[in-house]
Amino acid sequence: MSGRNLNLLGLVLVGVVGLIFMFFTPHFADLDTVLELTVYMIMAILALSLALVWGYGGILCFGQSAFFGLGAYTYAIAMFNMGESTLPVVLAVILPAAFAALLGYFMFYGRISDVYLGVITLTVTLILFNSVNSTAGPEFHIGAARLGGFNGIPGIPPLNWPFNKGAAVDLEGMFYLSTGSLLLTYFGLRLLLASQFGRIIVGIRENERRAELLGYDPRAYKLATFTIGGALAGFAGCLFANWGAFVSPTIFGLAQSAQIIIWVIVGGRGTLIGPVIGCIGIQWLSAALGANQPSGGSDLWSKIFANAPLILGVILIAFVLLVPRGLVPTAADVAAFVLRGRRRREQRGLEPQQAE
Amino acid sequence: MDLFVLLAIQVLYAVASLALISVGLAIIFGMMRVINLAHGEFLMLGGYAAIVATSHGISIWISMLIVAPIVVGVIGIVVERTIIRFLYGRMIDTMLATWGLSLFLVGLTTAIFGNTTVGISAPLGSIEIGAYRTSAYTLFVIGISVVVLGTIFAGLRWTRLGLIARGTMQNANMAAALGVNPPRVYAITFGIGAALSGLAGAVLAPVSGVFPTIGVAYIAKAFITVIGGGAAILSGTVSAAVLFGTINQIATFVTTPVFGEVALLGAAVILIRVLPQGITGRFFRRSL
Repeated sequence: MSGRNLNLLGLVLVGVVGLIFMFFTPHFADLDTVLELTVYMIMAILALSLALVWGYGGILCFGQSAFFGLGAYTYAIAMFNMGESTLPVVLAVILPAAFAALLGYFMFYGRISDVYLGVITLTVTLILFNSVNSTAGPEFHIGAARLGGFNGIPGIPPLNWPFNKGAAVDLEGMFYLSTGSLLLTYFGLRLLLASQFGRIIVGIRENERRAELLGYDPRAYKLATFTIGGALAGFAGCLFANWGAFVSPTIFGLAQSAQIIIWVIVGGRGTLIGPVIGCIGIQWLSAALGANQPSGGSDLWSKIFANAPLILGVILIAFVLLVPRGLVPTAADVAAFVLRGRRRREQRGLEPQQAE
Repeated sequence: MDLFVLLAIQVLYAVASLALISVGLAIIFGMMRVINLAHGEFLMLGGYAAIVATSHGISIWISMLIVAPIVVGVIGIVVERTIIRFLYGRMIDTMLATWGLSLFLVGLTTAIFGNTTVGISAPLGSIEIGAYRTSAYTLFVIGISVVVLGTIFAGLRWTRLGLIARGTMQNANMAAALGVNPPRVYAITFGIGAALSGLAGAVLAPVSGVFPTIGVAYIAKAFITVIGGGAAILSGTVSAAVLFGTINQIATFVTTPVFGEVALLGAAVILIRVLPQGITGRFFRRSL
């Protein structure tokens, strides 16, 4: 099988598995599981946004959670003011995208190197966190929405069908919506990356100077990638605000940013399915370890195992040191090695494997 | 007039504490081009070391100025030997690994000490300036940062170790050809940087208290000070600390502490945009 066919097979496989998962899960799983899976799907969209920006665009953004949080807050605030979810959803995508565009213009057109870029995105995230965290008083409000500071905004009204205020989306509807959006995002990004634009941003990641000498403006392409990433993260934030009907400043926090980066590292940079797998796997692991209960157990061992930062930290260090390319590319390497061995035995010529 | 003196002391304090929390990071970054995202946690560990030592009956001065730097310095050397040394030259990967380390240390201290703030009361009492009172400890922090920065300058400028360190920093291969062992220099440098972070964390512990996630409060400020300062370790850190500390304290004075932080971070973003090489990329280029 050539690389192209393999690629196509992978796409079909993802589509089929995704659709089966989407349509059958609510019939077989209880509501609790469906609810849990919904948040995995939402976070997977967030993971995809960084997979594009970092994995393909080569832009290490430590502040992807800023756009996520901005999307969530925009949705919440707009919802309290409008009461009908069509415009708030649009705003929750446009506002983070605009913010990403502004920040990106500032960084890319300033020709800031990638490490400094990481520091700036980190700083901006902290500015947002600090500012929103300190808006607890009743004097901080936008229209009818109180910002709530460190208490967050509870009781966010749910989504409804476009332009139909009465028809709120229920929990199962949320699952369909999130999973559907994830699949659409995945295939949309695959399409984007197969286009000329996608080729160029990967070219820029590989060698910025060379791409520039070939006549492409890396600043504009990076800016576009960053903006798309911001829009996707904002959309995920909007769904997240909807899912829990609650947002608090912790979604701007460093822990959230770290999580997104860990998903991408674990899954593999330069793939799309990797970060999705990484995201779902890590979240499942955190839930299984009981890491989401902040108090943990009483004895030392349960304190250590029910301790999200500790486990995530170990995972991050282990992957950077031992599996720096992530699970999916490493698995692909192993598979290619096995395939190549067989092909050699069949006395056929070597074909270059196309990386995803 | 009294108010002016008070404000001046507060600005000096902001500058001094900024320089103090940044200098360990600056040494590690300036010498080894390693961005240590666990820097905030080194500060936090310094604070805990001082508090634990004090609660075991050791004098607060000894636990702050001797125990904390030694403990964190040893931790730093262990970290360099077990994690960092595999990642030299891979800047992004070091950033990620040290971030993992930072999460790990936060988790570990939470498991051991619990998620609460512990503190020790600041010694030295207070002094009066006209109608106002301020803590004498503030002056101590200013003094200690002057001493620390002076010692680093003297060490780098006049000692053999400083000479070797500067030589390795400029050209590791050449230094190796002349008989220096760069990995050892790196390990020692990392240890010294960590020890200074521990000292800073311990000295600031009576002011802010210590809790497992306090590193986050330090890390951004330390980072932008180092990055804003640019390549020169000392003059960069000092000039950036003066700029950012002044902006922070004046904005705090005019509005609220939260807005002061935001002004500091905002100023840093603009500075990096205007001077991507940092202050010493443009000014004081030949300084230490």
